[in-house]
Amino acid sequence: MTDSSAKAGVAERVAGATPAPLARRIRGLSDKAIAWLFIAPTILLLLAINIFPLLWTIYLSFTNYKANRKAEIRWEGTEHYTDILSDPEIWHSMQVTAHFVFWTVAIETVIGFALAYLIDRRWRGHGFWTTVILIPMMLSPAVVGNFWKFLYQPQIGLFNYGVSFFTGIDPSSFQMIGDVSLAPWSIVIVDVWMWTPYVMLICLAGLRSIPDYIYEAAEVDRASTWRRFWSITLPMALPFIMLAVLFRGIENFKMFDLINLLTSGGPGSTTEVASITLKREAFESWKTGYSSALAIILFVAVFGLANIYVKALNRVKQR
Amino acid sequence: MRKLLTLATALSASALASAAFVNQSQAEELTLCWAAWDPANALVELSKDFTAESGTDMKFEFVPWTSYADRFLNELNSQGSLCDLIIGDSQWIGGSAENGHYVKLNDFFEAEGISMDDFLEPTVYGYSTWPKGTPNYWALPAMGDALGWVYRKDWFEKPELQAEFKEKYGRDLAPPKTWTELKDIAEFFQGRDVDGKTVYGAAIFTERGSEGITMGVTAALYAWGFEYETEPGTYAMEGAVNSADAVAALEFYKELYDCCTPPGYSDAYMQEGLDAFKSGQVAMMMNWFAFWPGMYKDENVGGDKIGFFVNPQEKVPASTLGGQGISVVAYSDKQDTALEYIKWFAKPEVQKKWAALGGVSTAKSVLLDPDFPNSAPYAADFLVAMGQVKDFWQEPAFAELMQAMQKRVHDYVVADQGTAQEALDKLIEDWTETFEDEGKL
Repeated sequence: MTDSSAKAGVAERVAGATPAPLARRIRGLSDKAIAWLFIAPTILLLLAINIFPLLWTIYLSFTNYKANRKAEIRWEGTEHYTDILSDPEIWHSMQVTAHFVFWTVAIETVIGFALAYLIDRRWRGHGFWTTVILIPMMLSPAVVGNFWKFLYQPQIGLFNYGVSFFTGIDPSSFQMIGDVSLAPWSIVIVDVWMWTPYVMLICLAGLRSIPDYIYEAAEVDRASTWRRFWSITLPMALPFIMLAVLFRGIENFKMFDLINLLTSGGPGSTTEVASITLKREAFESWKTGYSSALAIILFVAVFGLANIYVKALNRVKQR
Repeated sequence: MRKLLTLATALSASALASAAFVNQSQAEELTLCWAAWDPANALVELSKDFTAESGTDMKFEFVPWTSYADRFLNELNSQGSLCDLIIGDSQWIGGSAENGHYVKLNDFFEAEGISMDDFLEPTVYGYSTWPKGTPNYWALPAMGDALGWVYRKDWFEKPELQAEFKEKYGRDLAPPKTWTELKDIAEFFQGRDVDGKTVYGAAIFTERGSEGITMGVTAALYAWGFEYETEPGTYAMEGAVNSADAVAALEFYKELYDCCTPPGYSDAYMQEGLDAFKSGQVAMMMNWFAFWPGMYKDENVGGDKIGFFVNPQEKVPASTLGGQGISVVAYSDKQDTALEYIKWFAKPEVQKKWAALGGVSTAKSVLLDPDFPNSAPYAADFLVAMGQVKDFWQEPAFAELMQAMQKRVHDYVVADQGTAQEALDKLIEDWTETFEDEGKL
């Protein structure tokens, strides 16, 4: 029996397994119609839980709607958008967000790649250490937020004692989450601690995808370790690094839980990132229309930046 | 086959029977929503009597204070039926009345002979009425509360500390009568070694997320004679909210925060204060009277080791109002049973037991009993405090007004941004915008 006749036999058996009435019913539909039939539930679900809320939010952003009030909804046009874009406090929270995103992503990328590079050397016990390094990202942000709050306590926190041990400074003389100049760094430290392993994992996947024969060829050409790193390792792992930067960038742009637990946006508004401002406007001040406009602005910003970035990523991949 | 059919019929019948039983049980169960704290445990105990009398099971939904407003205002705004009864914060009364979250209780009170004259006037005004002061009742006063102070009596009584204090300040080391005296004492204890341990001056409210720092700051503002409006009901805030005395009070609160709180005390409310005091870190703590029964019973720092005092005055005697009334949620499908609970709760004997279990009754039959002032070391102070309480805005836009104040005062007190004058000026701008949106200005 030839290969093609065997395949035909399998197809006939599969067709025969379809119950006769259903087969008869389906027989009247085109392939396109059947395809639509299969994807329709997913499309409907997406429309219901993604597209409709998005469109509804866009609509609300042009109104004075407040979810805690029974007052009639009034059309406000672009008033919320102009208010938001000219509000210095919103720009302040954007700056806080930018500071947080930039430093966390930069530090996580450098340390994450360095760790991945070390782990990729496959030294003795590297499997054990990989597991140990991955532990922080397996924890819930609520747990991490709470225990770092304790670690940062000036009187009993291990962090202050650690700093004191290495520098000789009195542990009670500084407060990480209560000091205006240190609080932005306190949230950066926690995010770096928690999410560097994630960046490491992606970078490790990138490093492991580089074929050995390229290094062997470089060795034959007597390329130095430094040269191999710059000419092979980094360029070939770059798409993975960029992917990690994209994931962490988006994630940290909308970071809420960790910061809310650690500082609640304080002291004052020092660590009030955009997502905390959004939550306060939406669910504490109940300015639903206003917060919808803010959510749309944030969405457009992330979506726009991510799109530009993805284009750059594709260009790097094609090189 | 017949056996199979019989089995299936039997199973269906038992499933239907158990469903009916569950429905019946649900019909006789009330859910009461409140904050998770000591008095809530007392209410659980008390409500066992209601269950015994009426056969209605009580279920409780208690949420920590820091998420209490978030959780239950969300529930009310989404017209959820989780709560049949709610002990809601005093500031929610305006919004809950105007937005139809609470059932109006006037007719019910009249039909059942429940008189608001049987409860302490400031609590009826604060917890039950909307519009303020009118005889429109949306809640029964349930939990009387005001901001007060507790101090380490055993430290204050140490002869060597008394001598040193007298030499430095020219008066006895005793519970302060004014905020200035309070700051002197806090400074005296700050960083001092007591019983071989470094201690600090005072635990005050600095929390940013919900209402903490506002409750603390207003305790000082009210003592300096703070008013929200130049004329009540006009929403004219210029000259009242940012008066010279208000600025002085806010500056004072910041000085107290800077000089005399434990390290890392930048986001502290009730629980953090209790932790600091119970662990022997601070000489004085600002908190709510509702915690005093538990504090007095504390094995480590309770009993004779501690004393209590009313919020000190500076220019006028005043205390920040705490406490709540109990309301029937308009979205509950068990409103009649919920009203039965309120009727039962209003009974003088139940109010008496409520107070005995650790709740704070506001019934005159309890509070005006000649024995009440001597019933606990803090009881007399409680009566004084309740006689001088002042509350935050109770407007329907309370949440916006509260968030604005949280931001402005935390920015100034904790984050060192700007001056007290600027903070209060900006607060007026925020509040003006809110009242304009509300159509009240």
